[in-house]
Amino acid sequence: MLDIRNITKVFGGLRALDDVSFSVPAQSVSALIGPNGAGKTTMMNIISGMFPPDEGSVSFNQDVISGLAPAAIARRGLSRTFQHLELFGEMTVLENVLVGRYIKSRSGFVASGLRLPSVRAEEKENRERSLDILASIGLAEKREERAANLPLGEQRILEIGRALATEPTLLLLDEPAAGLNIRETRDLGEMIVRLNADRGITILLVEHDMDLVMRISTAITVLNFGQKIASGKPSDIQRNPDVIAAYLGDEEPPC
Amino acid sequence: MTREHGIALLILAALVLAIPSIVTDSYVMTLMIFSGINAIAAIGLCILMGSAGQVSLGQAGFYGIGAYASSVLSQSFGLPVPACMAGAAIVSALAAVILAVPSLRLKGHYLAVATLGFGEIVYIVLNEFGPGGPSGFGDIPPLSFAGVAITEPAHVAWTVWGFLLLVLVFSLNLLNARPGRALRALHGSETACSAMGLDIVRLKIKVFVLSAVYASIAGSLYAHYVTFISPSSFSFFHSVLLLMMVVLGGITTVWGGVIGAVIITLLPETLKSFEELDVLAYGLILTLSLLFLRRGIVPIVIDKFRTSERGHA
Repeated sequence: MLDIRNITKVFGGLRALDDVSFSVPAQSVSALIGPNGAGKTTMMNIISGMFPPDEGSVSFNQDVISGLAPAAIARRGLSRTFQHLELFGEMTVLENVLVGRYIKSRSGFVASGLRLPSVRAEEKENRERSLDILASIGLAEKREERAANLPLGEQRILEIGRALATEPTLLLLDEPAAGLNIRETRDLGEMIVRLNADRGITILLVEHDMDLVMRISTAITVLNFGQKIASGKPSDIQRNPDVIAAYLGDEEPPC
Repeated sequence: MTREHGIALLILAALVLAIPSIVTDSYVMTLMIFSGINAIAAIGLCILMGSAGQVSLGQAGFYGIGAYASSVLSQSFGLPVPACMAGAAIVSALAAVILAVPSLRLKGHYLAVATLGFGEIVYIVLNEFGPGGPSGFGDIPPLSFAGVAITEPAHVAWTVWGFLLLVLVFSLNLLNARPGRALRALHGSETACSAMGLDIVRLKIKVFVLSAVYASIAGSLYAHYVTFISPSSFSFFHSVLLLMMVVLGGITTVWGGVIGAVIITLLPETLKSFEELDVLAYGLILTLSLLFLRRGIVPIVIDKFRTSERGHA
């Protein structure tokens, strides 16, 4: 579904990514892991179009998407969350999700200002769908809260909810468990598995929590200093000596 | 539109109906009319600044186009005033598109600089080529509806504030629907907006056009009310005045534009008793409010009200 081919990205003198290739199969829960500074977030930003790669290409459903604007990529069904949260803090929880519905609706300035019947119908549908999403992620009761007032864990969940509202076929999650406690992380893991199983959304996640990654992902790619050092099933990755060395520098497994 | 906005609109509508019926003083009527005209232009700037995060230093340019285009259309071609106002709004919208397309493609405050230049150009063009040149022209047909002239001050006040109410309803509808939510989201995080598939440049162009149309309507109302206009009413100073209204009232809600416009319109009049010191007092009040009421009056009042409401619950 997503093919990363020979991606290289250089910042100043630093090769943040060096000839990295991997692919994300449809319906999978794939993970991109690696120590700090391995280039994971850089890869996420390249896939979602935040900046272009210096070399290589990204294909999504067989079409090359590297070079397209982030908005154009989002409209193709690839949505993402952010490691450093990018919520619309002054808007309510429900409104955040409703913004996600933007590309799935059409009411323009004049029609909305006049509140034409078509606008009312569309608003009603968007509202229902957004409330469904909030119910499925457990935030229905907080729908009228300002997003900035939510605790960190719920803000991360809300980012996922907002991304879901765009009806993506591929969802990129950038460190969704960062700052969450053990219980919240477990709930998050269950939610990701559910999204994958029930809605058929392919997931690519960047994550530091090895326990979570090993539990929910079906395929893992490991980066270290911008280079791919391994890829495979969780059980293979756990035993891979290069991965163990990259994480710990000795022979203990990474989790 | 939320319930609070609905209630606020009803209160405003009641005031608009009541004041001209009770107060017959023509001076008060004049102030009410000018506040309403300014508020229409201020609401547009409010939406532009509060959502797209763009500043316009040239709203007086659109205000001027609205006034001149509508006047010329009605005086020279004898078209009905409402049609002339619509025509002027179209001219302003086109000017806004031409201005916004190149400057909003660039990141940063290029629009502010472009609008500053635009305002000056309109001012110079009106001086050099406008009917009557720097001294302006008169005998502009008064406001009219279905061929009936509206000249009675109370009737003009109702007309102007009627327009204002329509502009408010339109704006509140817009802000609480798909495009408005996108605009407010833009203020929150442009990065997230692009990840949600929003076309940021298009949205910014559209909201700029909207602000230009509002300013144009205000300008047309002004021209058909005073029936004599000259370029000096549409100088850079008026752009700054509109900016002050919006900043003082608060950019995060359209009500900020209304309250700011009323205050800035009334302030110089109430300060007249200070005689020569009026400009000084005016400047002092504005400086102090920018220092201590940074978020604007309306958002601060709303917050105070909400906290006290929660305290009682």
